[in-house]
Amino acid sequence: MKTYIPPRFKVERDQERCIKCQVCVNQCSFSVHSYDAEVDEVFSREENCVGCHRCVIFCPTHALNICKTPLDYRENANWRPEIIEDIIRQAESGGVLLTGMGNDKPYKVYWDHLVVNASQVTNPSIDPLREPMELRTYLGRKPERVELERGGLKLKTKVAPQLTIEAPIMFSALSYGAVSLNVHESLARAASEFGTLFNTGEGGLHRKLYKYGKNTIVQVASGRYGVHSEYLDVAAAVEIKIGQGAKPGIGGHLPGEKVSAEVSATRMIPAGTDALSPAPHHDIYSIEDLSQLIYALKEATNYTKPIIVKIAAVHNSAAIASGMVRAGADIIALDGIRGSTGAAPKIIRDNVGIPIELAIAAVDTRLRQEGIRHQASLVAAGGIRCAADVVKAVALGADAVYIGTAALIALGCTVCQQCHTGKCAWGICTTDLSLTKRINPDIGTERLVNLLRGWSHEIKDMLGGMGVNALESLRGNRLHLRAVGLSEKEMEILGVRHAGD
Amino acid sequence: MACRLCEVACLVEHSRSRDLMKAYKREKPRAVARIRVEELGPLSFAMSCRHCEEPSCVRACLTGALSKDPETGIVSIDAEKCMGCWTCILFCPHGSIVPDVERGVAAKCDFCPHLETPACIAICPNRALLLAEEKTHA
Repeated sequence: MKTYIPPRFKVERDQERCIKCQVCVNQCSFSVHSYDAEVDEVFSREENCVGCHRCVIFCPTHALNICKTPLDYRENANWRPEIIEDIIRQAESGGVLLTGMGNDKPYKVYWDHLVVNASQVTNPSIDPLREPMELRTYLGRKPERVELERGGLKLKTKVAPQLTIEAPIMFSALSYGAVSLNVHESLARAASEFGTLFNTGEGGLHRKLYKYGKNTIVQVASGRYGVHSEYLDVAAAVEIKIGQGAKPGIGGHLPGEKVSAEVSATRMIPAGTDALSPAPHHDIYSIEDLSQLIYALKEATNYTKPIIVKIAAVHNSAAIASGMVRAGADIIALDGIRGSTGAAPKIIRDNVGIPIELAIAAVDTRLRQEGIRHQASLVAAGGIRCAADVVKAVALGADAVYIGTAALIALGCTVCQQCHTGKCAWGICTTDLSLTKRINPDIGTERLVNLLRGWSHEIKDMLGGMGVNALESLRGNRLHLRAVGLSEKEMEILGVRHAGD
Repeated sequence: MACRLCEVACLVEHSRSRDLMKAYKREKPRAVARIRVEELGPLSFAMSCRHCEEPSCVRACLTGALSKDPETGIVSIDAEKCMGCWTCILFCPHGSIVPDVERGVAAKCDFCPHLETPACIAICPNRALLLAEEKTHA
């Protein structure tokens, strides 16, 4: 069928600068560039271009530029180009439109409407370069109160297992299969070098990475891929994945093309088959059922590891979170509407869920009201872009955050949203061995550790400005935030006052 | 990862101008790269002179243009003496000597004497090429 989809990008090749070295040809995994020896020229098939910039970055003479095709449909606020083209695509395929990465629609980003306080005159700010500043974070169930042994400094209270991280930032669940083993290794090594945790996602853990177990959160999702006793034993914590911000209400998708031999062995599924996780856990239909799985996992790990329960942020998150804490979850992970994915139906990614900022505030408020906030730590995910977002998330009530997209960008991702195709030209979201080589775990680890270091310094700077010397003092301290341009209702949910108030 | 930027850097470093644009666009005859990326499926390998312990190219050279520096171990070619008979190319077990057809001489890796780090290693974006000195039993 002839496609009615016009090319989205235009490849601008400066012939003056092109030396025909063909680096663009060999780096493009979408077959855009080709070299014709007969006429000694490099040509472009622009309809294949996804705008990932691999060729632009690798062109040694900077002869390439990729721009949006300046093709205009007749202006229409209702029938926008994206909507028209989605319809065309479906008319040509008859299927559900798949996509990758997080929601790209212009929903309000509340981080951008919150500003942070700083000390002036009446309370001194702290210089983090000259004074100690504490970012270390402990995640897990905290005791009601602490009792000490008589006369000694020993703790009488038995404290539930805790995760210790050096900054309130962990790597989100990114499954092996969705991303390559080299990406998993980069995340694992960066987590272990920096002192934080990475999350396996639902695709199991390759045996090669068992040595990073102390810095690994292993996931148990509805498909139970790659879950076995050794997998649970090797990890620092176990996460039950109920939902994901990019696709609340449905299970994980891994297209069969990405299920290579190694992925198949790790996931314990046949090679080449689609790995479609069931939408619900078929053994969880209530909070009581969730409790059974939590305690089954606690039993299996001999009560030595915290159990995390991750849900997508949805309308009733606050009530659900309360149930999760009561069911025995030690840590709650909330994944907001901007959370990313390796593959999801576009219609779900773009329309289901709620922004993470509102969810953190609502859940934190509810758990405090019920007097059970200390029983579980709160981890926020889905659209954390910079150190300021981390600071604001903590001030709203989160104990730590998960970063996924930001970590991938550190590795080279340009958010071109082609993860579901398995052809990632940056070698991140693919299992094609000729592409996965593009991530060298040595370089990947360095880039990720640099990102974590950079953010940590910035968090310390911001804390110092507020006159706070430990992240603990900021946690849930919403007085350090003020809103700019939010409605009464939004401020009520976020629990913040307007700037100037 | 077979981007072949090492080939580009090698060619430029062995050009007259050592300028990326000039080397490709203006210089005639164009310099040749002494490193070549070979591929087989997902495997790729940047092949350049191994500077063998007992180089067969040196032994095979009819004019004595090829020699191995006893100090550094670097095998190099004296273009003045080379007559372009390609015997060394026939003898090299790795296929790492390339014919510079237009100049009628053989060309090979010389470890970039003008640079601290050979150009191919410096440009490699994925640290696939590394410079390592191997201790050989004397």
